[in-house]
Amino acid sequence: MQTATAGQGAARTPLARFFASTLGRKAVMALTGVVMFGFLLGHLAGNLLMFAGKNATGTAYRMDEYAAQLHSMPALVWGTRVVLLLSVAAHVWVAVSLASMSSAARPVAYKVVKTQQATLASKFMKYGGFLIFAFIVYHLLHFTVGVAHHDFKPGQVYANVVAGFSQPAVSGAYAVAMVSLCLHLYHGLYSFFLTMGFNHPTYTPRIRTGAQVVAVALAAGFLSIPVAVLAGVIKA
Amino acid sequence: MQLDARIPAGPIEKKWESHRFGMKLVNPANKRKYTVLVVGTGLAGASAAASLAELGYNVKAFCFQDSPRRAHSIAAQGGINAAKNYQNDGDSIYRLFYDTVKGGDYRAREANVYRLAENSVNIIDQCVAQGVPFAREYGGVLANRSFGGAQVSRTFYARGQTGQQLLIGAYQGLERQIGLGKVEMHARTELLDVVVVDGVARGIVTRNLVSGKIESFVGDAVVLCTGGYGNVFFLSTNAKGCNTTAIWRAHKKGALFANPCYTQIHPTCIPVSGDYQSKLTLMSESLRNDGRVWVPKAGGDKRSPDQIPEGDRDYYLERRYPSFGNLVPRDVASRAAKAVCDEGRGVGPGGLGVYLDFADAIKRLGANTVAERYGNLFQMYERITGENPYKVPMRIYPAVHYTMGGLWVDYNLMSNVPGLFVAGEANFSDHGANRLGASALMQGLSDGYFILPYTLGNYLAGVKPGSIDTQHAAVKDAEAEVGERTKKMLSLKGKRTVDSFHRELGKIIWDECGMARNRKGLEGAIERVRTLRDQFWTDAHVTGSGDEVNKELEKAGRVADFFELGELMCRDALAREESAGGHFREEYQTPEGEAQRDDENFCYTSAWQWKSDAEPQGLVKEPLTFDYVKPTQRSYK
Amino acid sequence: MRLTLHVWRQRNGRAEGQFVKYDMPNASEDMSFLEMLDVLNEGLVAQGQDPVAFDHDCREGICGMCGFVINGVPHGPERGTTACQLHMRKFKDGDELWIEPWRASAFPVLKDLSVNRSAFDRIIQAGGFISVHTGSAPDGNALPIAKEASDRAMDAAQCIGCGACVAACPNASASLFTAAKIGHLGLLPQGQPERDRRAVSMVERMNAEGFGHCSNLGECEAACPKEISIEFIARMNRDYLGGAFSQRPAGARIED
Repeated sequence: MQTATAGQGAARTPLARFFASTLGRKAVMALTGVVMFGFLLGHLAGNLLMFAGKNATGTAYRMDEYAAQLHSMPALVWGTRVVLLLSVAAHVWVAVSLASMSSAARPVAYKVVKTQQATLASKFMKYGGFLIFAFIVYHLLHFTVGVAHHDFKPGQVYANVVAGFSQPAVSGAYAVAMVSLCLHLYHGLYSFFLTMGFNHPTYTPRIRTGAQVVAVALAAGFLSIPVAVLAGVIKA
Repeated sequence: MQLDARIPAGPIEKKWESHRFGMKLVNPANKRKYTVLVVGTGLAGASAAASLAELGYNVKAFCFQDSPRRAHSIAAQGGINAAKNYQNDGDSIYRLFYDTVKGGDYRAREANVYRLAENSVNIIDQCVAQGVPFAREYGGVLANRSFGGAQVSRTFYARGQTGQQLLIGAYQGLERQIGLGKVEMHARTELLDVVVVDGVARGIVTRNLVSGKIESFVGDAVVLCTGGYGNVFFLSTNAKGCNTTAIWRAHKKGALFANPCYTQIHPTCIPVSGDYQSKLTLMSESLRNDGRVWVPKAGGDKRSPDQIPEGDRDYYLERRYPSFGNLVPRDVASRAAKAVCDEGRGVGPGGLGVYLDFADAIKRLGANTVAERYGNLFQMYERITGENPYKVPMRIYPAVHYTMGGLWVDYNLMSNVPGLFVAGEANFSDHGANRLGASALMQGLSDGYFILPYTLGNYLAGVKPGSIDTQHAAVKDAEAEVGERTKKMLSLKGKRTVDSFHRELGKIIWDECGMARNRKGLEGAIERVRTLRDQFWTDAHVTGSGDEVNKELEKAGRVADFFELGELMCRDALAREESAGGHFREEYQTPEGEAQRDDENFCYTSAWQWKSDAEPQGLVKEPLTFDYVKPTQRSYK
Repeated sequence: MRLTLHVWRQRNGRAEGQFVKYDMPNASEDMSFLEMLDVLNEGLVAQGQDPVAFDHDCREGICGMCGFVINGVPHGPERGTTACQLHMRKFKDGDELWIEPWRASAFPVLKDLSVNRSAFDRIIQAGGFISVHTGSAPDGNALPIAKEASDRAMDAAQCIGCGACVAACPNASASLFTAAKIGHLGLLPQGQPERDRRAVSMVERMNAEGFGHCSNLGECEAACPKEISIEFIARMNRDYLGGAFSQRPAGARIED
């Protein structure tokens, strides 16, 4: 089979062609998305230690112990940070490049726009992505660097969290971000399978439901902490 | 003028084989020096263009649609016949040949039909290899069904979209050759004239339907695969763009037009709903397997069908044809419907319709089984009419569906103009006076895949390649003529739209040269068509200019040719003083009202030769001989 | 029934377009949508005005030539139906309809509602075929094909190439069209030898034509008059990912 594209394509390596194609970029988006999703699972598991209170001897919060332990392994922490940073960068790069391609693909907009079966989540991907990105920056400044925190104490994760979420406005911002994350994850997780080429008449609908459940559970898990703080379940 | 069909000698089953061996071959290195112009990209055109390009010829292909994939072959529903005998039910090449000659009411050439039956088996193989998803059995082998009253199951199908799948197969083969640079494709390009130099077809003049540019292309042979002319009736099951212009222009340049009056009327179409009707939609005739056809016994009975008791209904097909009942052939069923409507017993708006009732079938088989068999057809019917056929009987009426006539060609599919080949529905060749169901797809692909690649090569081997260019005087003359005609049409600023003329023409041809014809009606029709044509050239209104997309101009050009063709159809019908297949002359029928053939006087193909605008065409006869299938009278009592 | 139409009028690809309002006082509910436009055009021609150009041919929903966007939905509100098969009874008296062409840079407007879809042909040229010469086929039954595979191939092969999927997609992606062909041929044993090359080549051609990416919204599936499932897009992704790195350098090109 000779093709019209073979000539130009042949000059480039398979990898370059892969990254140039929309399908290749979508695969990058799916894979980096899944890396970040994996991180979120670990992050949530750690966060839920907020509910574990103090250790058996009552000398320290389990949360703080866990944080200290993590930071005693700089290779792991920095390794994770590098991987995450790269994932975020690639995810954003792909999103921006694909979005610009699609606006080039439809230079004249429709007068009447109407969707038939697209979910709210799927239509919200772009905006959710922006919100989540902004949130990550804020979140890092808030709890990691501390400059956006009104009462930041290095090393005292538990106290920082309780103090931070005691401010309803901060908790509200986190809530908005988590709803965005939930929608983004729902469509993202479901799309991961389609983009990576998995489909099945029986399992695809179940994947869809599964993605919904996981997205809601994850967001609810994260949100449970500010809610618990505001409700006084978790307190200093 | 003497017509030579160039039928090879020898026993019928050896003719094609020995002919192929006798044909000259073009040296492989020389093939690319030859240019072939293929006009039309339906089954015949796409398959021919792809196959010729594969052989190494330089091919230029043309279609008026926006892509070769849109050609009207795509709309064929039922299936394609092939004498594979996969069902072990007694089919054979000879039987398919026999059925086709008999089905054509003994007005087709035996040798052509035999070759068609031979090629049918290769077509299936070719299409399967291309990836056509034919229906299959659970064991993985190809499924068949019996179709159109055939006694054997020899029809291959892909759901109700066989034409689409076969065309997509041919289209993909064509696109492959375009991608390889071996076919130069010109879509949205309409042929407006054929260039004949010293009696030999050497090129075409076209109009680019986007830019309006009039352009010429020259080659060493011209192949017209431009389909049938059913749209002369305005209302037909053809696509809106189907037209006769290509073959009519060729006819006016010397090619003989054969059997123009042989048109096929399909009995199960959705009736006209109003004056705005733009086309008719066919429903598979398989509906007649379980549906019962009836009309009220009394004329003018306006009761709704569920209010009409059994005793007041006339199941006229079952009454007139007790042994075949609702399954009589297409032409018989169509004429019977016309007869009851003429008596004033038709149903629905305008009284042009008969009931096709599934109440009994639903009672006998259950609604589920009926839905399984005809669900998609019922859905289509409901979409168009807004009526639910599970509850209310369908209304059907016959509609023009296929034209057996076309340009006269010899055994090599070449017209009497050397270098001008004609394939598919555009030629007259294989169906005689009536076409059997599931045979049109077979003929188109047989012509394109398995006949033209040989016979065209044989012709090209005898000519010197590339001997004229687009600066040749004959080309310039043709271009000027086309430009003149276009200008004349654009200057028409009368009171009537082109469509209104087309509708009126269609009505005349439908009334007088449709399902039943008679001398008086035909003579009157010829006069009326001529008058209407004159009116057109003064009173039509064509908007826009020539150098842009101008659909009114396109329509005007096509309608102008339909006037002339319509007149010729009436002349042909008038001259054929017998009834055969799709041609029914009321004067020539048996006492029971069936078609009466006259083999003694009319066992020939009528080929009409263009003379001039001032005088009618002359008739040239090609006698038909039947050495293998002896003519008998059809009977469905 | 009485309708108000806002029709996109654009003289040619270079000209600016705009909506023009037409009053349609006497539409019948038994008309097809295209017949309604025919009536509009007859009226325009009678007044010496330029009729609305729209593509159409078979008018039975199979040729794929017709199509435009009606109130934001390609081919209009009835699912699984082309514009030519859409009947006016799906609308109400007094409705206001906005009629626009397919909007995509890969489908430039030729005039009014008529667009150039030759990009689809070029995607097919890139590999939407099985390379088999006429005459070189084995017997049709020599290769048994599972009925399920054949039926699924047919589901995809039904595509009529109308372009509604592109029109419906917020990214103007041609994924459903391309995937339907890759799926049709890739599901059949005859299509296996070229499966990898086909997927990669067709996807690259689709990108080169300027179509956008797929974001799994499913709008294409909803607009498709043949209701082709986006399952096939996942299949295309699979074939593409499998093929992207399995291809050998161009030196190994197979001469046709």
